[in-house]
Amino acid sequence: MAKELQGLDKDKLKQYWAVNVRLTAIIMGIWFVVTYVCAFFAPQLNQIVILGFPMGYYMGAQGSLIIFVVLIFWYAARMNKADKEFGVEEEE
Amino acid sequence: MGMSNVGSKSFLDNLGKIYGMYTGGFIVFVILLGIAEAYFGMSPKAIGYTYMGITIGLYAMIGIASRTAKISEYYVAGRSVPAIFNGMATGSDWMSAASFIGMAGTIFGLGYDGLAYIMGWTGGYVLLAVFLGPYLRKFGQYTIPDFLGARYGGNAARSIGILAAITASFTYLIAQVTGVGIIMSRFLNLDFGVGVFVGLAGILVCSMLGGMKAVTWTQVAQYIILIVAYLIPPTVMSYKATGNPISEIAYGQVLQKIDAKEKAINADTKEIEVMALWKAQADKLDADIKGLPASLDGKKADLNAKLAAAATPAEKEAAEKALKALPATPEAAKEAWGAAKTAALGKSKPIKPYIQPFARLDAKNMLALTFCLMVGTAGLPHILMRYYTVPSVKEARTSVGWSLFFIFLLYFTAPAVAAFARNEVLNSVIGLPISQLPAWMANWGKVGLVAFKDINADGFLQFYELTIAPDAIVLAMPEIAGLPYVISGLVAAGGLAAALSTADGLLLTISNALSHDLYYKMIDPKASITRRLTLSRALLVVVALISAYVATFKLTIIVELVAWAFSIAAASFFPALVMGIWDKRANKTGALVGMWVGFLSCLIYMIGSRFYGLDIWGIKTISSGLFGIPLGFLTIYVVSRMTTPPSKEMQDFVESVRIPKGASQAHAE
Repeated sequence: MAKELQGLDKDKLKQYWAVNVRLTAIIMGIWFVVTYVCAFFAPQLNQIVILGFPMGYYMGAQGSLIIFVVLIFWYAARMNKADKEFGVEEEE
Repeated sequence: MGMSNVGSKSFLDNLGKIYGMYTGGFIVFVILLGIAEAYFGMSPKAIGYTYMGITIGLYAMIGIASRTAKISEYYVAGRSVPAIFNGMATGSDWMSAASFIGMAGTIFGLGYDGLAYIMGWTGGYVLLAVFLGPYLRKFGQYTIPDFLGARYGGNAARSIGILAAITASFTYLIAQVTGVGIIMSRFLNLDFGVGVFVGLAGILVCSMLGGMKAVTWTQVAQYIILIVAYLIPPTVMSYKATGNPISEIAYGQVLQKIDAKEKAINADTKEIEVMALWKAQADKLDADIKGLPASLDGKKADLNAKLAAAATPAEKEAAEKALKALPATPEAAKEAWGAAKTAALGKSKPIKPYIQPFARLDAKNMLALTFCLMVGTAGLPHILMRYYTVPSVKEARTSVGWSLFFIFLLYFTAPAVAAFARNEVLNSVIGLPISQLPAWMANWGKVGLVAFKDINADGFLQFYELTIAPDAIVLAMPEIAGLPYVISGLVAAGGLAAALSTADGLLLTISNALSHDLYYKMIDPKASITRRLTLSRALLVVVALISAYVATFKLTIIVELVAWAFSIAAASFFPALVMGIWDKRANKTGALVGMWVGFLSCLIYMIGSRFYGLDIWGIKTISSGLFGIPLGFLTIYVVSRMTTPPSKEMQDFVESVRIPKGASQAHAE
């Protein structure tokens, strides 16, 4: 099972995983802020109204969702690039 | 277009063209039906039957054209589904009858607090994208119990996986089959039981011959129909109400109108009069409850006297009916009257503002619910297994993005649907003379989804004289928007597509858990391919029949059980899966104990809080996973470190799952 590990540089693998962990942490941080922090402060955010939308309501109904979609595509693009940088991409 | 070659290279190369033609063809079909209705007087019943016949026929054709005898096609669609199409298939796999029909109505009723469902059921995909999806694809087997079995060495972990997969999927499946029955019976005037079994035939023909391959390509077709059906009514309604067809942008101004009208209603003397009448009603119920059992006996005696004195058959019938409706025992009376009292009390107070956070759920429970729904989403096996079907790790990552994008299209429209419906009800219906109410209210009143009663007998409709069931919002939207019946039929076809596609995925998950994990991996590892496939197909039929049978009882507990399934998946599956990838030190003992602790702590809180008054921090039953999830993680972490570390081989396995290289080798079988 682990034959794909053969010939790979241990340090490079470590670096690759570190890149992944850091990116995951950043994404989870943003995810936490747009859902839980924004929802917690929704009463205050609702004081700001743009195009009729109270901002607290908007974040729950749309803003957070848009950020979720962007986060996942960003993660995919960044990791797909990192695969090549560290030579762990899959064979085509 | 060569329907007989579904899954072949020329099919896969021309996916965009094929589904583009399909979408165009479907739109032409809707337009033709519209012309038939407008110029040739096609009846609603005929329109309903045409929609159901054509769409189920289409799904069946795809299902039959996708028949296969190859294991990898049957279980994982040959791992050949491109990211964007897997995204669409996941979208309709995920969006159930509840999302399609119920979500907008939930927000209509709960206001801001209902957004817990919107954020919860989308935010979970972020967890799936970074913690699980790509790694499961790299692992590259067939089922989720497969991963637990491989990572935590053996049948014990696999067995818990099978148990959790079946528990979560089966309750969810019954809800879908019930949804199919409701739509069929409402739009085709079929008996509920007949509707269930007709729908079932549609589900089976899509999954039995072609397994995951057939389900995938049917789900893509179903996604297209459900999203077209969902987006048309709010677009028209938004254009009519604001001049802007993009409902998701336009409903901001509508939110302001809702807020203003709610304030006006709370200050209106007639409305206050109705609230006072509800308060009196609540007090009366309270006195009755306190006066039990004498109050129940008194009511019984009154009605019996009325029955004896009845002069006309109509009076007699009314008295008999009232007698029958009376609770049988003092205990039943206490529960029924208690619920009525709570409802009456709710209507005796001013309207809580729609846009105000935490007016109906407190902040703690709203955040807890969002969290449980998120983690539950990332732990549901029928969604997770979809990421086995893409060709590579790279595509798995992108595919989660596409999945959420296609789900997002519906979920960011649902609050707009809710807002337009609420605005219409508040600003165009409330305050009308009872004799001039719009036709849709009477139509949906007949099926019990809308109810109104002139409580203060002033001849006008006040806010608390009207009750609208959550399901009515989406189903009645075309009529509220003044659209022809052809669009109502389209919405029904969309709801049916949502229920069928989710049912397909769930059914496959259950039968795979039994045929692949239980039979092939644990009972008879030497079974031939033919035997495994035959068994799996037979199980599909058996599980489908059982679920239909259970659905015909129309148990009210099912809706609740579905919500429980999320917390159970979240607490039992998610920690073990994530730790299996992210913590090399996690071992078999830790995972086993952790899964049981997560599962049981969740279950204990559910049952305890629902039936025995257990209460920690005021957390509601629906968010029981709040305790199970962290306990599951903690247990795996601690117990693993107290016991022997996993072997070097196992640690290498974890290492290999973490990198995409070598994913195509898992492809080979």
